[in-house]
Parts: sequence; C-alpha cells; structure tokens
Amino acid sequence: MGWREMTRETLINVAALAVLLAVPLWALMADEPFIITLATRAAIFALAGVGLNLALGSGGLVSLGHAVFFGIGGYAMGILASHAQSYAPIMEAPFLIEGTKSMPMIWLAAMVTSALAALAIGALSLRTSGVYFIMITLAFGQMIYYFAISWPAYGGEDGLSIYVRNEFPRLNTLVPMQFFGLCFAILCLALLLMNAIHKSAFGLALSAARQNETRVLSVGMKPYHLRLVAFVISGAVTGLAGALFADLNRFVSPTMLSWQMSGEIIIFIIIGGVGRLFGPVIGAMIFILLEHTLGGLSEFWHVYLGALLLGIVLFAKGGVIGAFAGREKAHD
Amino acid sequence: MTDVVLRTEKLFKSFGALKATNDVSLDLRKGEIHALIGPNGAGKSTLIQQITGHLASDSGTVRLMNEDLSGVGPAERARKGLGRTFQISSLAMEHTVLQNAVLGALGKRGNVMSFFKPVMKDAQLVSAAKAALAQVGLAEFAATRTADLSHGQRRQLEVAVALTLEPKAFLMDEPMAGLGLEGAQQMIALLTKLRKEAPILLIEHDMDAVFALADRISVLVYGEVIATGTPEEIKVNPEIRRAYLGDEVPA
Repeated sequence: MGWREMTRETLINVAALAVLLAVPLWALMADEPFIITLATRAAIFALAGVGLNLALGSGGLVSLGHAVFFGIGGYAMGILASHAQSYAPIMEAPFLIEGTKSMPMIWLAAMVTSALAALAIGALSLRTSGVYFIMITLAFGQMIYYFAISWPAYGGEDGLSIYVRNEFPRLNTLVPMQFFGLCFAILCLALLLMNAIHKSAFGLALSAARQNETRVLSVGMKPYHLRLVAFVISGAVTGLAGALFADLNRFVSPTMLSWQMSGEIIIFIIIGGVGRLFGPVIGAMIFILLEHTLGGLSEFWHVYLGALLLGIVLFAKGGVIGAFAGREKAHD
Repeated sequence: MTDVVLRTEKLFKSFGALKATNDVSLDLRKGEIHALIGPNGAGKSTLIQQITGHLASDSGTVRLMNEDLSGVGPAERARKGLGRTFQISSLAMEHTVLQNAVLGALGKRGNVMSFFKPVMKDAQLVSAAKAALAQVGLAEFAATRTADLSHGQRRQLEVAVALTLEPKAFLMDEPMAGLGLEGAQQMIALLTKLRKEAPILLIEHDMDAVFALADRISVLVYGEVIATGTPEEIKVNPEIRRAYLGDEVPA
C-alpha cells in the first residue's frame, strides 16, 4: 500500500510541475504574455510557500510574519537596483557598498539579509510556542511593515520602482518566458533542497520535535536549535522569492511586508497540503488561478477563496494533495 | 562504592508548601535494578524529572559517573548517558518504529545538523536502531507507523529508543503501566537482561514486577526515602507494610 501512495503523490507532484511549465509554453505560442506573467507569479508564490513550509509543515511553526522575509527580499532587490540606477553608492564608509543590477548578487543579498532577520526574529519568537508564537511573529511583521511605511529614503508608503528588470548572465530577463524559466528553475532547486532536508537527519529530528518535544529532548537534542535553523533556512528561501517577486513587478512596496501577505503564503500551503513537499506549489497555482478567473468576475473573489479554505480545513486537512494522495507515507 | 553509576545527594524540590522531594539521597550501582516505590503522589515522577533535568532542583546534586550534573539541561544529560522512558509513551507518532529508533541513534551520535544525506540510508544509524529494536522484540515492526502500534509495543519502543542512546543508566517511569499479564512478563524478561548493559532506576506500581526484578528497593513517602533495602528487607519492614504495602504482600 505504501509505495502506491508514494507513487500517487509523486505523480501529482510531477503533474503540478508539468502544468506550471506547460501553461506558459502554451501562452508563448498563443502570444499571451500576460499568462506567462501569471505563471511566473505562481512560481514565485510557490517558492515563498516552499520556504515557509519548512517552518510550518515540518517544524510546526505557524509563522504569521513570513511577509517580513518576502518583503526584505523585495527591498534588497529594490535598494540595490535603485542605487545602481542612480549610480549612488549605498554607503561609502567604513567600506564601499554599491548598488547592483546583477540578479545573482541581488539574490545572495536577499537571502543573507532575510536569513539574518529570521535569525533575530526566530531567536526571540521561538522561546514561545503556540498562539504566542503566532502573535509574536505577527508583531514583528507589523513593526517592520510600519517601519517601511515611515522610512522615506526608499519610497515609504509609495514603494520603489525599478525601471528595467535586473540582469542575469546570458539571459534577456525582460523576455517574459526567460524570466519565467529562471523562476521555475529556482523553484525546482528549492524543491530539491527541501526534499533533501526532509529526508536528512535534521529533517527527521525537526519533524520529531514537532510531534513530540520531550522525545527529542530525551534523546539529547535541543528543539530550540532545530527550529531556529529551520526558521532561518525558511526565511532565506522566502526572502529569495521576495527578490524575484519585486523583479517581476519591477516594484517593491510595504504591501509585500503586510500581514495579509503572510496570510496568503500560509493559504498556499493549506490549499496544497501542510508539510507536503509540493503543497505550496499546488496551492499557489490554485490561488493564482482563482485570482485570475474569479477576480475577473467579481472584486470579491476572496469570498470564494474563503469558502475553498473552509472546505479544505473542514473536510480535507491534508489539502489537495492529501485528498488525492492520502496520508503521507513515512519515508525510509 | 566505586560501582556507583548514578547518585543523588540531598535533593529537594518544593511546590509552594508541598515538599515533593525532601532530602533524597540514593544511588544506582552497576548491574542492578533499583526500584523506587511509593504511593501515588509520593514524588516519584518529580524525582525522575529532577534527575533527567526536566525539573530544576531547589538544592542538592545529581551525579552521573561522579560528574556533577547541576546546571546541565535535559538534552545534555541524555547525551551524557541518562536513558529515559516515560510513564506515558512519548514518541514521534507519525514516524515509523525504525525512524523513532534512528532518532535515538542520531541523538547518540550527537550531530543533527546534517541536511543532505538521507538519514534512513545511513547504515551505521540504521543498524544501531535495528539492533535495539531486535533486542526489545520489535524487529518485525520496523516499518510500522508508531501510531499503529499497540500500547505494549509502544512501551517496548520506548525502551528501544533509550537503548540506542547506549546510556550509562536507565530511568524508567512505570514501564509496565497498562500492560497485560503477558506484556508485563515480556517486559520483566527484557529488563532482567537489560540491567547488564546499564543499571535501571525503576519506578513501578506493579509489586509483583518490583519484587521479581529489583535488587534493591527504595520506598518514597511524601517526598522522603523512608527505607532502602533488598526486597526481603523491605517485605518484612513493619513500618513500610503499614505505610504502603498493606497486607497484600506475603511476608
């Protein structure tokens, strides 16, 4: 029974990636660049969710502040690119930091800064658990959101526009399909990484700490350390998604830091399946699909989204993947 | 005295006016099963938690192999060699039986921060885990989800996980609780063998098991050790019979 379930989940996963790749390919032939942009959005949201899923799904840490990392990634891109645009260095003393339009550099900066933010926020928040953890991550999120609004240097409430998309060696990132390809490739790499982590010693211990903290303690491991490391990796991946998202829109604003954004990332995971490797991928695709189709019919499409969420929470706790693939097989 | 593995010295713990642990000094020697008995609320579980470091003592020390464990947290104490089983099974229920045992072996190894190698393909960990499962008689259930185990099997798995830690001393909080007659007999047979690997501090309510297993018995009443001795000495101690054993136990 076990391996058949496994195969079914793998099939669903492969199908999800195939659809995510096929839609923009079709759009390319049908000359529908907007659809390619939508698919890119889905891939980026999926990446943000893949990041959060390590903390939320494997670690059991319901962070309502992951928009912080998404936003920090976005601002890392915005700040670096805007300085490159204006040829003004970010700082000259004690050492020179200049802006850049190079995506790999921006990604690195986005991941490092959001990982550091996750380290600081996690170190404090992880001393609490349950509702208090949710609240404290929310509080950090709001703090940084209002900071971004009131900080005039980078556009404050109005946000920051970048005129030309950043550069990646050998690619023309302004061509929608090429930028999609980049985002899709990064998503696949992130999935491979998370799959490895899930099966690793760290993954086993992290998920055991979620299930039973005392057990982990009494075999000599510290749940706090496991969770903090998971939170940092999780923040870095979501931060990378933020940098890509800002590049997709060529715009970054405090909205990326808002708690609604944190909520949306959680929603991707819940729709697809909490703790499932591809949960956020399927969740983000469904989210974008609903946003696009229902959003065209009514401004109030969130009502339908709400109904879907309610249905999933009440009747299909494993999300879409759980409903079709059954209980997760314990890996061996 | 050189064969003392674990020793508590003048341990105290109060919860408000309640003295849960009152001047407890006892030791656990190589190769023995030292049973801790006492009525409900006598402070047995509190004492175990003080020894494992889950609960801070008001005063007194715990020494493992003569090393003072004051200020050492529960995770480090486990790594230093305290293998514990819980009164209520405390396992990762979604994991398989083998995964729970591998978790213990991983704890023994000490390095959890490995992110890329599949842990269930780590031959060293898996063979240590499988050996422990075989020792408690759970080898054929390795691939079973822990939540699907029977109550008795979960108790066995608790012991197996403690075994993977290769502890210097076992602390077992009512390993027979809720086991049927047959299960209890299996557990007794297991613990009899186990004491050769590391001595066992055993909390147990099942008096038949205690008198069958224990080399020494300490009686805890209102947080105080009122007597320590061989089963024979304890059985005939009139004070203990009155305070605790009643007349059930044949003299």
